[in-house]
Amino acid sequence: MRQAYRIIPIYTADVSGVCSALYELGGMTVMHDPSGCNSTYNTHDEIRWYDQDSLIFISGLTDIDAIMGNDEKFLQDIEDATEELQPRFIALASSPIPFMNGTDFPGLARALTVGTGIPAFSVPTSGMHDYVYGAGLALAEIAKHFTGAGEEKNKGGSEHSIKTNDEKIPGSTGKSVKCVGIKSEMNRRKLNLLGVTPLDFGPQSIVDIMKKRLENQGWEIISTWAMGDTLETLAKAGEADVNLVVSSVGIPAANVLKGKFGTPFLVGTPVDGYVEKISDALAEMAEKVTGECRISEEIPDLWKVTPDQVIYISTESSQPDITVIGEPVTMGSLAAAIEYKYEKKVQLLCPLEITEGLLREGDQAIRGEESIEEGLKTAKIIIADPLYRPICPETARFYELPHIAFSGRIYLRKIKEMYAHNLIKTT
Amino acid sequence: MLKRIGIRAISEKTEVTIGEASFPAPFQPGLEFNSPAHGNWNIVHTGMLVPEAQQIYVCADNCMRGVVLTAAEMNAVERFSFVIVEEKDLLGGNLEDITIEGVTDVLNRLPKKPKAVLLFTVCLHHFLGSDLDRIYGELESRFPEIFFMRCFMDPIMQKTGPTPDQKLRRAMYDAVPEAEADPGCVTLLGSDFVLDADADIRRISEHNGFKLRETAACETWEEYQKLGEGSLIIDCYPAGKFGVQQQAERLGRPFLYLPGSFDYEEIQWQEEQLLEKLKELKGEITGPDIKKEIRFCEEALSHAKKIIGDTPIALDYLFHPRPLGLAKLLLTHGFKVESIYLDSISPEEKDVFFWLKENVPELKLISTIRPEMRVRTRCSENKILAIGQKAAWFTGSRNFVNMVQGGGLYGFDGIRRTAQLMIEAFEAEKDPEDLIVRKGWGCESCI
Repeated sequence: MRQAYRIIPIYTADVSGVCSALYELGGMTVMHDPSGCNSTYNTHDEIRWYDQDSLIFISGLTDIDAIMGNDEKFLQDIEDATEELQPRFIALASSPIPFMNGTDFPGLARALTVGTGIPAFSVPTSGMHDYVYGAGLALAEIAKHFTGAGEEKNKGGSEHSIKTNDEKIPGSTGKSVKCVGIKSEMNRRKLNLLGVTPLDFGPQSIVDIMKKRLENQGWEIISTWAMGDTLETLAKAGEADVNLVVSSVGIPAANVLKGKFGTPFLVGTPVDGYVEKISDALAEMAEKVTGECRISEEIPDLWKVTPDQVIYISTESSQPDITVIGEPVTMGSLAAAIEYKYEKKVQLLCPLEITEGLLREGDQAIRGEESIEEGLKTAKIIIADPLYRPICPETARFYELPHIAFSGRIYLRKIKEMYAHNLIKTT
Repeated sequence: MLKRIGIRAISEKTEVTIGEASFPAPFQPGLEFNSPAHGNWNIVHTGMLVPEAQQIYVCADNCMRGVVLTAAEMNAVERFSFVIVEEKDLLGGNLEDITIEGVTDVLNRLPKKPKAVLLFTVCLHHFLGSDLDRIYGELESRFPEIFFMRCFMDPIMQKTGPTPDQKLRRAMYDAVPEAEADPGCVTLLGSDFVLDADADIRRISEHNGFKLRETAACETWEEYQKLGEGSLIIDCYPAGKFGVQQQAERLGRPFLYLPGSFDYEEIQWQEEQLLEKLKELKGEITGPDIKKEIRFCEEALSHAKKIIGDTPIALDYLFHPRPLGLAKLLLTHGFKVESIYLDSISPEEKDVFFWLKENVPELKLISTIRPEMRVRTRCSENKILAIGQKAAWFTGSRNFVNMVQGGGLYGFDGIRRTAQLMIEAFEAEKDPEDLIVRKGWGCESCI
């Protein structure tokens, strides 16, 4: 049975994804939940909790309030907290019971905006999706609400400037035209990294390695969504020539930024051995759009990705030598890097929900412990989080690649050790 | 971005002197913060005390994540399974079928059938009106060799009724069968920890020839089932009382609730109760020399005071269910207790609350869950002795007693042991970032 799990854990869920994505941006995230969500999140899904403050709370929902539809207490408690803490924004996320009750979160967010004067939004979580869904939609909300407000944007180091369409609401019909003559004089093109959370990337030091790799290729990174940068920095995202979605979490924000500023995006993670390929693709994309009129456009689907946007995509399928398990963009890029470097065929098994357009030929979207176990039966070499080992065949060689969104903090020390030498090498 | 770290003086919402505090809720309820001190046991840790049993949870991803990784961190993934509830299961109204078929599938795939299953249903089952009798009835007929314990992970109900933890401490003993009473055996239920080697209940029982059976000491299913042989059933942990009292009635045994205390008179009274019951079972028995016990406690406290001196002390509710009682003991022995981290006051501590209110009105009560606590100052220029993990985190102290829920402390020995732990904490620093973030103090931890 697909929903029954004997021994492996489950990925971080959508509510934690929201918190993780918004952690460093100075807002206040409230999980409408009785208990447990906060502890789960900050124990297993949040490696910054001990020494980096963030305003993330639960509402402490009770059965009586849920049954009676007492949203007033929820609103009052949030307003009370904002008075003291003055967050930059308020984000609401739902756990299963408020979802089931049909609580009107967009309405509550509007009421909070009016009541507090602080921008508020909700992310439509239910506690029943994986983190990619929650984190992705949370970053999209940031892109909608906080980018490009009244600023003049400079792209590609050009002395020319563009006007952003401040009033443009994502999703509305795009009529605004942003024309820029941009031929970079400094030959240092600008880039945003979208979809960066510790759930996929671990500690900040690993993100710094990734950034350094791209900077070494001549890229200026405007903002990283959302680790190591402030909300103010993210607000400048419209200045980028191109956006790079480094995990599937970044796709909705990329689509919003594309809609808002016309910024094109590509999908791929600059893993070791694959950076030049990524950089070249970005450069080609940036070159292609240089001098073009950027047209903000309607966003048909926040999760839309087309094959030409996915750098690591391949159409060749053959019997795999190696099997990797995990998030489609990071592991897809890793698979491509391995194929490129070692000339071995790699297959990705992706147990997460969002896979459309992100898998290579031969890769497989796979749900449930039994299906994964079945999919691994013929695997010869497996690269995956160590907690997958109990369902791997004994005959397979297993290479541990811890993933915080799967095993939480259990292998955090190992992750830090794995990348420590890489940091020295890169810097 | 908010950067390190708790550097703000926060309003009265987070802190109140006991002189001004109301009983039993000194702080206004609101949004809730959760600190990184995770040594408290949760339902997974406690459920693992049942040997040779499998825990199976039926819930949504977000709730599941916390419990499955609790099991993983304590190196017990093979004893934990689950069934994921999806949105379609709520809309389709088939949560009962999902539960039954999911649990069946898990059990069929286990390499060996467990002796018992702790099956945890959740808030969603309540709200959808799931027929739990049907679920358990069907599973019991499919797996007659397995004992199914009716457990709950339904925190949405915990402010208006028993907590999931309390309900677990009832359900986990349903599998203990009625048995003939062994007149030479006493059973201690409801605690997560075995009593310390010299804890009073153990000393008194064993000194008088009684075997002491304890939940946390059981290593096999057979031993666990023999818990019912005790002629007297004792609970000394408050969260256990709700369930253990009911189990004692079911098993037809006398029941004593002897909660850990820091008050000489209360301890003496409790031990007199115990001795009386033991006497009924065995006739002639001998009790401890209370005067001598108290004298030893006084010496231990005096020794600790000489070493610790006027160093400020902060303590918390997680160290022991009787934080106010501990504060009173320490204050009346000259220690400089300045603050207690807690969010509510146990009814068991009502008298001591009002004693402190009258006699030490300047004593500070500080919340651990108010949202403002996230950014409250968490460091001090001066050395602070913290008793408990939460006190350690909120004060930033590296001199802290690392223990939760009263550990194996009990009675006069518990007082002496506490004094010793305070000295050890005072004299040697520990790393809170390594220690207090570990879940389930005393359990294996692979982080």
